[in-house]
Amino acid sequence: MLENYLPILIFLIVAISFGIVPMLAGYLLGPSKPSEEKLSAYECGFETFDDSRMRVDIRYYLVAILFIIFDLEIAFLFPWAVVLQEIGIMGFWSMFVFLFILVVGFIYEWKKGALEWE
Amino acid sequence: MEFLISIWEMLPVTVQILMKIVALVLPLMLGVAYLTLAERKVIGYMQVRVGPNRVGFKGILQPIADALKLLMKEIVIPNPANRYLFIIAPVMSIMPALAAWAVIPFDEGMVIANINAGLLYVLALTSLGVYGVIIAGWASNSKYALLGALRSAAQVVSYEIAMGFALVGVILAAGSLNLTDIVQGQSGSALHWYWLPLLPLFVIYFIAGVAETNRAPFDIAEGESEIVAGFHVDYSGMAFAIFFLAEYANMILISALAALMFLGGWLSPFQGTPLESVFSFVPPFMWLLAKTSFFLFCFLWFRATFPRYRYDQIMRLGWKVFIPITIFWLLVVAFCVVNKMPIWFDGKGA
Repeated sequence: MLENYLPILIFLIVAISFGIVPMLAGYLLGPSKPSEEKLSAYECGFETFDDSRMRVDIRYYLVAILFIIFDLEIAFLFPWAVVLQEIGIMGFWSMFVFLFILVVGFIYEWKKGALEWE
Repeated sequence: MEFLISIWEMLPVTVQILMKIVALVLPLMLGVAYLTLAERKVIGYMQVRVGPNRVGFKGILQPIADALKLLMKEIVIPNPANRYLFIIAPVMSIMPALAAWAVIPFDEGMVIANINAGLLYVLALTSLGVYGVIIAGWASNSKYALLGALRSAAQVVSYEIAMGFALVGVILAAGSLNLTDIVQGQSGSALHWYWLPLLPLFVIYFIAGVAETNRAPFDIAEGESEIVAGFHVDYSGMAFAIFFLAEYANMILISALAALMFLGGWLSPFQGTPLESVFSFVPPFMWLLAKTSFFLFCFLWFRATFPRYRYDQIMRLGWKVFIPITIFWLLVVAFCVVNKMPIWFDGKGA
């Protein structure tokens, strides 16, 4: 059972090294002539106005919170979807109730304007 | 041949696995390289230009020249940037794009890790990709990069929900998370493939895939005309090339998954018709490659055809159109599965 996952572990290591090795090669083969102008943050040629660690729109946080809720639903639906053929009509109606409650919440978010970007 | 097989069996398991991985990753990287050339050529011809045609015969060596050029360029790490996160970000974005290929089957048994939670693993790894974007944007400490990363992250997570629901639909139909089982559940004929019963999910999956990879018309995160290049604006040389590789590897991954889950993977499109024996000389994985190439062509076609969406339009499409449709269709599919509706869900197709 667990030995099926050995190739994945090895693949992850290969994939990580696939990110590191070309960058090392580029670091070794490329030139390195830093200057103050080159090392400043890119802002279309302007001097940097102020710090870029600025405040961001609250709606990005809102999207992140909604995402967590819905992503958990999906993770919850996965095992149900695999065994639905065995659990039959009872399983269908239980999940129907669950999805109904979810949709009620979704409509509430919609009406409250949580999904608006203008 | 038998001699080679006996040598193969003498090798330690880890070496066997490593060789399989190399045999997968090298063609994949070649595919990525030539996808960039194909993109420039296809869009060129769609705009009545010729595209790159100087390096090698008709531009055939262009990707090699590009790779060499990027390799010889300086990797600039800006002073305001957080150095460690700045270096880690490209690795975080290429790692999931490659590692997800471990569970992609090319033919019956032609898979590196035949695990029973295949699709869950794919979903988990494609979700990791967003870390690369957001770390890159934050670590660069530049306004364009930060704005690009925020937009990109919000867009990717929004479409991931629609994509996840589409995947649940496929799992419902197949009753398994294993990609080989999912393909075998579709055998019969081209009408048994899941594109037909899951048509809305299929369309939404592919559009969400285009949005997930930040490709046109959802390329607001890069938005050349407003925030220059988005989250990787401060990257140069090989560090930038890694992001580029990851984006294209993700495109191929999305296309291959769409082919496996909705268009019958390696199954012949002529199965069950008189033409089946005529085309029996074609190795099965060629069908998978052909279907994948079709989706990749669509990626390029979209980019040449559609104007860029506005950000509020993108979010509206993701949240207010795709999510309600997918939830509704999920219930339809579940109902059909419970009632064992022919011809897809009566268990005879598998």
